[in-house]
Amino acid sequence: MSAGYKLYHPKWHRRRMPIFWWLGKLAYTRFIARELTSLGVAYAALLLVVQVWALGRGEEAYGRLQEALASVPAVLVHTLLLAALLFHSFTWLSLAPRALVVRLGRRRLPDALVLAAHYLAWIAASAAVVWLLLSAGGGGAA
Amino acid sequence: MKRSNEPFFWALFSGGGMLAALVLPALAFVLWIAAPLGWVELPPPAALAALVAHPLARLAVFALVTLSLFHWGHRFRYTLYDGLQLSHLYGLIATICYGGAAALSLAAAVVLWRLG
Repeated sequence: MSAGYKLYHPKWHRRRMPIFWWLGKLAYTRFIARELTSLGVAYAALLLVVQVWALGRGEEAYGRLQEALASVPAVLVHTLLLAALLFHSFTWLSLAPRALVVRLGRRRLPDALVLAAHYLAWIAASAAVVWLLLSAGGGGAA
Repeated sequence: MKRSNEPFFWALFSGGGMLAALVLPALAFVLWIAAPLGWVELPPPAALAALVAHPLARLAVFALVTLSLFHWGHRFRYTLYDGLQLSHLYGLIATICYGGAAALSLAAAVVLWRLG
């Protein structure tokens, strides 16, 4: 290859998008917000591990964590977290009919039914989580 | 030709997304809002410790945590590519996202293994 030869370089002809291209239109902002709920999902997973770790360390460590969790900033942050997690759940489950096509014989199960099944599963799973957490050891809160 | 590992990570992303959608809001509400505010009373620490020390519970927590982390890794990776226009850092971002998810999953496994 001679020194003056330049390789075909398509990048040079690409227009650069501004970094905040997704702020201009509500649909784009919603899309990025949905993608960013993944940060909330990861945070929740990690906080759960921290709580399990504190439980394993003994009552003192667990008590300290519970105290920190009850502080005003923590509750505010976790209210935002809950909002992000709910946004994740709604956007995720509402896409289920498009991801899952159920056929019975030659007929396709209507989208509304697939959607309803997923929301029912959400309600059932949530009830199971609440029941498990509050009834551990038999004598939990009523 | 190198085979794409995209389907593998997409499966983890998808499983994590579903599990997170089904159980995380309830978990977050009870553990991090309702209990700290005193709306509900959690069982005593010993009872909770016994609950999570059960092998099935450990397995469930591990699955939830690992899949949630890989859900993040996959989704956040593409958010950085598209949202922040960082697709020229393709390899680096993929390594940080999946590597981070793997390292944190390993830490979770150690925590759960050492319980009780």
